[in-house]
Amino acid sequence: MPTFVYMTRCNGCGNCVDICPSDIMHIDKTYRRAYNIEPSMCWECCACVKACPKKAIDVRGYADFAPLGHSVRVDRDEEKGVIAWRVKFRNGKKDVSLMAPITTVPWGSGQPQLRDVPAPTQEQRDSQHLYSEPETIRMDDGEVHTLKSNGLRMKLGVSY
Amino acid sequence: MAPKTIIEDNIDILVAGAGLGGTGAAFEARYWGQDKKIVIAEKANIDRSGAVAQGLYAINCYMGTRFGENNPEDHVRYARIDLMGMVREDLLFDMARHVDSTVHNFEKWGLPIMRDAEAGTYLREGRWQIMIHGESYKPIVAEAAKKSADKVFNRICVTHLLMDEAKENRIAGAVGFNVRTGNFHVFKSKTVICGAGGASNIFKPRSTGEGSGRVWYAPWSSGSAYALMINAGAKMTQMENRIVLARFKDGFGPVGAYFLHLKTYTQNGLGEEYESKWFPELTEMVGKEYLDTEASHLTHRPIPTCLRNHALISEVNAGRGPIHMVTMHSFQDPHLEEIGWHNFLGMTVSQAVLWAATDIDPKNENPELTTSEPYVMGSHATGCGAWCSGPEDVSPPEYHWGYNRMMSIEGLFGAGDAVGGTPHAFSSGSFTEGRLAAKAACKYIDDGKGEDIKVTNATLDKLKKEVFKPLEHYKLYRNEIVAGSVNPHYHNPRQFLDRLQKLMDEYCGGLTVNYMTNEKLLNIGLKKLAIMEEDLEKIAAEDLHELLRAWELKHRHRTSECVMQHTLFRKETRWPGYYYRGDAMKLDDENWHVLTVSRRDPETGSYTMEKAPLYHLEDVKEDALADKETIAAE
Repeated sequence: MPTFVYMTRCNGCGNCVDICPSDIMHIDKTYRRAYNIEPSMCWECCACVKACPKKAIDVRGYADFAPLGHSVRVDRDEEKGVIAWRVKFRNGKKDVSLMAPITTVPWGSGQPQLRDVPAPTQEQRDSQHLYSEPETIRMDDGEVHTLKSNGLRMKLGVSY
Repeated sequence: MAPKTIIEDNIDILVAGAGLGGTGAAFEARYWGQDKKIVIAEKANIDRSGAVAQGLYAINCYMGTRFGENNPEDHVRYARIDLMGMVREDLLFDMARHVDSTVHNFEKWGLPIMRDAEAGTYLREGRWQIMIHGESYKPIVAEAAKKSADKVFNRICVTHLLMDEAKENRIAGAVGFNVRTGNFHVFKSKTVICGAGGASNIFKPRSTGEGSGRVWYAPWSSGSAYALMINAGAKMTQMENRIVLARFKDGFGPVGAYFLHLKTYTQNGLGEEYESKWFPELTEMVGKEYLDTEASHLTHRPIPTCLRNHALISEVNAGRGPIHMVTMHSFQDPHLEEIGWHNFLGMTVSQAVLWAATDIDPKNENPELTTSEPYVMGSHATGCGAWCSGPEDVSPPEYHWGYNRMMSIEGLFGAGDAVGGTPHAFSSGSFTEGRLAAKAACKYIDDGKGEDIKVTNATLDKLKKEVFKPLEHYKLYRNEIVAGSVNPHYHNPRQFLDRLQKLMDEYCGGLTVNYMTNEKLLNIGLKKLAIMEEDLEKIAAEDLHELLRAWELKHRHRTSECVMQHTLFRKETRWPGYYYRGDAMKLDDENWHVLTVSRRDPETGSYTMEKAPLYHLEDVKEDALADKETIAAE
């Protein structure tokens, strides 16, 4: 399902151009609306479909193996923290609606600003700890694993 | 209009490519370097870039030590078995001992991880996999990286790493161009953490025409991780270890959740179980040490991914295809049916589209499986990548030269696909590797190792010319023809891509030759790649988009050359089901229980190949326990 853009819905805002990982959503110079310039490099990741405020972008299964007449639509909402899908079969016999969470916290609020947390001590720098360790490894006061703590060594040669 | 040169100077840490590995690096670097200048250069938009752009429905690498599920060494053993012994166990152990901390941070950031309500644990898909609602996995981790970085340059295609001109074999940054503005960007940096990706689309894909974007690994994975490092003269390892995937046909929909959680299974076109009948022949090829079906049955030792591929490929060749995934029984349970659909929508929408288009309801019909063309990457069931230093407290001397995840070039670090010998890191492990690399890079800077880097204007001028040459070449010769794409002076990137894919397929063990190659074929392939390199001087780009494709192609070409060299070097068939050396059809532990290491001399273009010793983790024996201190210090 390379993506395509409906002429009457697109307003040329460029959100899809901005987000496409493959750089294939471009603005047509004549119509000033977006289109897929290179369907054979489209992964059908739907980043553009999800980013379009006008719901102007849809997908049509790849011409070399997907028959016409199907539909997969998606609505992703960061504020509500959910994504909704609707899958319709070619023969009309199946019509599935599905919803899933995309975040458990208000969008963008969970990630820390590490510039503002207490700076690591020299002891931490010299240890094997990463940020938030050892606490976040086992969610208790257990230490980071070492060869010694786990009774291991590195042995040269063939073993299986 | 001539492209402007934009210089970003005095960078401490440059993250080149920000998928899961790169975002992990940028995030963690801020903690250990609160006063450091951290810059990200990414060819797309970090909110949706890299292999996880589309989302994931599982985190495939989680130990669960907090729930008493696994220890790091258990994962190392699993990866060792799956990769037929060829892994860097120091790097794997190091990743595995930190990966849970990464996942717990993700949960704090809002990534929805499913729970097993009764046990209170995360919901397991398999021994290493936990299930998530991960459609927004990438934007969630990108947010963390954006908070940490001083600057994020989206839409910068990094074309070259910059080498220091004051001190030999030391990194000094990177250059590239802005895909939108066409400006030339210079990043002068004390360290570079390469988070760029592995390679899809270097072997002729199974899909054709419009569908050739439907590859298993993202089409924007252009092997840049490898080409950037190889061109800089970094040592590479295990580049022969390409991967072939058994997946749902055409859509390449994932099978992990289907096998492990939904308990679906495969059968041949006659409705029979087929895998086990190929195992005696396989045991003959690889030895009982690697495939002992009785022991596997008793101990739940997994059958390596490549060997299961071999059974599928052989069964189809025997005329008993197609191979089906038996879904009908599981999908009668509405809960499992829903999971089956969510699984695709969260990570491979195409497979849902394809089933809708072909009216395949897995409740009433068992869908087909097939094997893919080969891919070159380093974080799934394969370990291509750079030869990196391991952590001081784990690595033996041959694997350790100072800083964790630093390559054979000073100040150049890696994460994710860039790091060699570390399969089964997946998303969480790649992010963890980025974190490890970032801490080490900060230490490198604090130790004063990155002082007084020097890049001359002459170098920058030369690189700038090279970067934009495809545009110039097009302008020069375009008007010699009336119209169209046939021109005696140049090929466009698409034409070159077809040429590369065809030759890799035919000479390096691709799909149409049933993954078969040999010394003669590989030598012909190398000759063809060398001629192609001459022609690449004449690659033409009509616009900036094609310039991006031109550089992706150059990166794919260099990656392919390295894969070809490594495949030629390892004279054995180590991974039947990934590829076969027809002139050495057996696994040969006597000569090849080693890691392959290559270096391409940037001056001459010639490769030096060597064998590096393999170390395996083993339990310290009972009688030695009393003297643990000494042994740990070994």
